[in-house]
Amino acid sequence: MASNSKTLRSPLQIARGLGSAKHGTEHWWHQRVTAIALVPLTIWFVFGVIRHLGADHAAFVAWLQSPFSALMMVLTAVVTFHHAQAGLQVVIEDYVHNEMAKILSILAVKALCFVLGAACVIAVLKISFGA
Amino acid sequence: MANGSGRPLSPHLQVYKLPRTALLSITHRITGVGLAVGTLLLTWWLVAAATSPAAYERAQHFIGSFFGLLLMFGWSLALYYHLCNGIRHLVWDAGKAFELSEADRGNQIVIGAAAVLTVLTWVIGLAVW
Repeated sequence: MASNSKTLRSPLQIARGLGSAKHGTEHWWHQRVTAIALVPLTIWFVFGVIRHLGADHAAFVAWLQSPFSALMMVLTAVVTFHHAQAGLQVVIEDYVHNEMAKILSILAVKALCFVLGAACVIAVLKISFGA
Repeated sequence: MANGSGRPLSPHLQVYKLPRTALLSITHRITGVGLAVGTLLLTWWLVAAATSPAAYERAQHFIGSFFGLLLMFGWSLALYYHLCNGIRHLVWDAGKAFELSEADRGNQIVIGAAAVLTVLTWVIGLAVW
């Protein structure tokens, strides 16, 4: 089983020819794509919040019952939580060195982000379709 | 500070004065985590509005309280900082502005823009409130 001494790749890796799992930059790329998407979404969100400071329930509901506002709020929530879980994962990977604690905290953070994101989407849809 | 291997050591963080670029870099991360925590309030706000007028009033009351406004101020500053510095990271990702002089200018632009946007938002916000 003499492998080529000039390479660090195992014989199996060479046979399969896959290199990385072809997802080496995917996480990084997703973080960038969501970051770019969040620029206009964040600006929309800040304006929306300012316009509804101190708004009563009826005014707030009327805002999110507009299809455009509902669309933007759903996108803001989904992309924000996608970006958040990607970023938090990297932070945990950098600072938590115990393998078990690392995996468990990443799973917990991702679960929480999915739950909160889904809750936001359902809330917006409920308002949008007439709460 | 020999570690036996003769290889250079990482900066000893307790006695090492962080360059401003490093300070802004760690601040990006800290604001990111802070903003992630802030999504809890966003979720509460939206879910409360979908639940009932009374639940919505409770959320609005909290946001309008002193502590709520303090949190909102912190989050607005963190949001603008993370937004501005994030755009700068995208510029770096494009392979531009890596020279020290450019990085120094970037530091000033990011801090200045985040401060101006935060103040502007609160001036407008408090005016229309």
